[in-house]
Amino acid sequence: MSESTKQIQSLIARGYQHGFVTDIDSDTVPPGLDESVVRLISRKKQEPEFLTEWRLKALRHWLTMREPHWAHLRVAPIDYQSISYYSAPRAKKDGPKSLADVDPKLLETYEKLGVPLHERARLAGVAVDAVFDSVSVATTFKDRLAAAGVVFCPFSEAVRNHPELIERYLGSVVPVADNYFAALNSAVFSDGSFVYVPPGVRCPMELSTYFRINALNTGQFERTLIIADSGSHVSYLEGCSAPQRDENQLHAAVVELIALDDAHIKYSTVQNWYPGDANGVGGIYNFVTKRGECRGRNAHISWTQVETGSAITWKYPSCVLRGDGSSGEFYSVATVNNHQQADTGTKMLHIGRDTRSTIISKGISAGHGQNTYRGLVKMLPSAHGARNFTQCDSLLMGSNCGAHTFPYVEVKNPSATVEHEASTSKISDDQLFYLLARGIDQEDAVNMIVSGFCKSVFKELPMEFAVEAQNLLAVSLEGAVG
Amino acid sequence: MSDALLAIRGLEVSVAGRKILNGLDLTVNTGEVHAIMGPNGSGKSTLAHVLAGRPGYEITAGTVQYQGRDLLALPPEERAREGLFLGFQYPVEIPGVNNVYLLKAAANAARKQRGLPEVDAFEFLGMVREKMQLMHMDDSFLSRGVNEGFSGGEKKRNEILQLLVLEPKLAILDETDSGLDIDALKVVAAGVNSQRSAERACVVVTHYQRLLEYVVPDFVHVLVRGRIAKSGDRSLALELERRGYDWVTGAAA
Repeated sequence: MSESTKQIQSLIARGYQHGFVTDIDSDTVPPGLDESVVRLISRKKQEPEFLTEWRLKALRHWLTMREPHWAHLRVAPIDYQSISYYSAPRAKKDGPKSLADVDPKLLETYEKLGVPLHERARLAGVAVDAVFDSVSVATTFKDRLAAAGVVFCPFSEAVRNHPELIERYLGSVVPVADNYFAALNSAVFSDGSFVYVPPGVRCPMELSTYFRINALNTGQFERTLIIADSGSHVSYLEGCSAPQRDENQLHAAVVELIALDDAHIKYSTVQNWYPGDANGVGGIYNFVTKRGECRGRNAHISWTQVETGSAITWKYPSCVLRGDGSSGEFYSVATVNNHQQADTGTKMLHIGRDTRSTIISKGISAGHGQNTYRGLVKMLPSAHGARNFTQCDSLLMGSNCGAHTFPYVEVKNPSATVEHEASTSKISDDQLFYLLARGIDQEDAVNMIVSGFCKSVFKELPMEFAVEAQNLLAVSLEGAVG
Repeated sequence: MSDALLAIRGLEVSVAGRKILNGLDLTVNTGEVHAIMGPNGSGKSTLAHVLAGRPGYEITAGTVQYQGRDLLALPPEERAREGLFLGFQYPVEIPGVNNVYLLKAAANAARKQRGLPEVDAFEFLGMVREKMQLMHMDDSFLSRGVNEGFSGGEKKRNEILQLLVLEPKLAILDETDSGLDIDALKVVAAGVNSQRSAERACVVVTHYQRLLEYVVPDFVHVLVRGRIAKSGDRSLALELERRGYDWVTGAAA
């Protein structure tokens, strides 16, 4: 056992020493985690008994688990007892009063990303209503969704208004004991998003956290649950492309998707959490569990992710292909620069007959970044005629970075087909000079080459997201060559 | 002399400590087409690359004036925007980047330099299509990745398409004829000829005189061991063809 694990174990073992002295009305709970903290969170959120018990079950299991260390990552020890597990949304009065109070470097980045002025303020945490009438926007879109019968609300609201759906589906894709970070999330999750699309309904708009303003401050332990009932369609966009500065070290979210017969779920993420500075100091540890289950026949789940932020990214958006004829897709661009590390990929679990999956992964490494693709394609004995196609490409910029590929394939049905293609390349001096010789400056030339490399993933993103993702890539790779 | 488009004086260039160009002089005026010929290893491609600003060459002596400015002081992208174009001998593939996207980015970079607004996308596309017809390229080339999966001949035609779209003041074509069959050679030559004008100039680097039957040069220079050993008009190319490079290399020794 390493020194750090020992430290954590002993902390866990001795329990929370400082006792529970804070007055209950206060908005922040002192650091530490035990059953009383979990009960407090649940009580504060006025949750039904089943949910409190569910959280406690998760906590009890978490206490028996060890932090995973199988990923190709160097992770500084995390002291789980020094984290405060409940904090009410930051009060607006604590935020900057106007753009003039905001870190100019952050504003410069927004400028480069082309984020509209009113949105810059929102992203930087300036009191929203002063600059942007969020309420009216939110109301208009809520009316349209309600007319279609779509439920899209904060998780805590869903717990109050649709407890039967929560009880039925929560943890049904990612069980409380699934993994260390999922168990932790299950015990202490603060809030997140809930979506339910009724049978046969095609959601009339892309659902985005952009509209759900109050999703911004859900903190480190988000919980998202999306249910697409039979024959329904929904596209969900997570995150926003501008960098969210956050001092929090650990971000452990869980996302569960459930697609019933003939339902389609498309889930797109652009992740740009604070990556730490050029020397690798600070930054978010992004340890996220995302999994979707095609529970019905011919169901379809598609994950698209563009990961440019975080000091460490550990996530494997996966598909459980249970229904016959169901299909899963994973399109990913993961970028690391400076001292960032990413260990990301997907799992495609083929259970049903004639299930299909496609994996397209593009990893870009620059600076001292380490980028790992880790994927599992598993064909169970029941997966007659199942097919998978995997393509993993890595692009290296400079000579101090690394790209690693760990594809796992398990096939237990002889009629299943698995294809895997992989390539590793460097941005060549010839390519760069070719573009320079056409009058294109160095930075644009690099961006052009990188965007070309990522094209097959970007085309899966909704249009406006794709443009932002490209800009984002440009910002995160700034100075990577030259 | 100062109004020459390009004036190279006493240029000496080394690569990894080995001297490739050794006191080269060349003057190119607008309206002229110059052919640079020479045996393998005489420094032809080095000259083309040094003019375009490729890194990796050490310039140890000499000057290059382009439009009265010190060309060697400009980074490659500036040279391009100032109207200097290099047609590559081996154009690279840039997967996923649309041909038309690159053309537009390159055209806009040059326009920005001249203080002009960006091209109108619709007009630009029309203009590109016209030039593509001249180069016998079909519409699918627009959306294909730059040189991605192109045959050797397609890559060369694509280079000339860029030349036609960008309308540079000085075009330097590095062995554009290599690897072309006779039909492709004619198409490429027609492209080059279509952009000849009194305001522009062209330097054609070639090993064989075959291209010069179609792109008729005003001047022919023979490069031997890094300097121009002999200059003349078109008849020099024909004489070289007849007598071989030994005739000049022997004379220069």
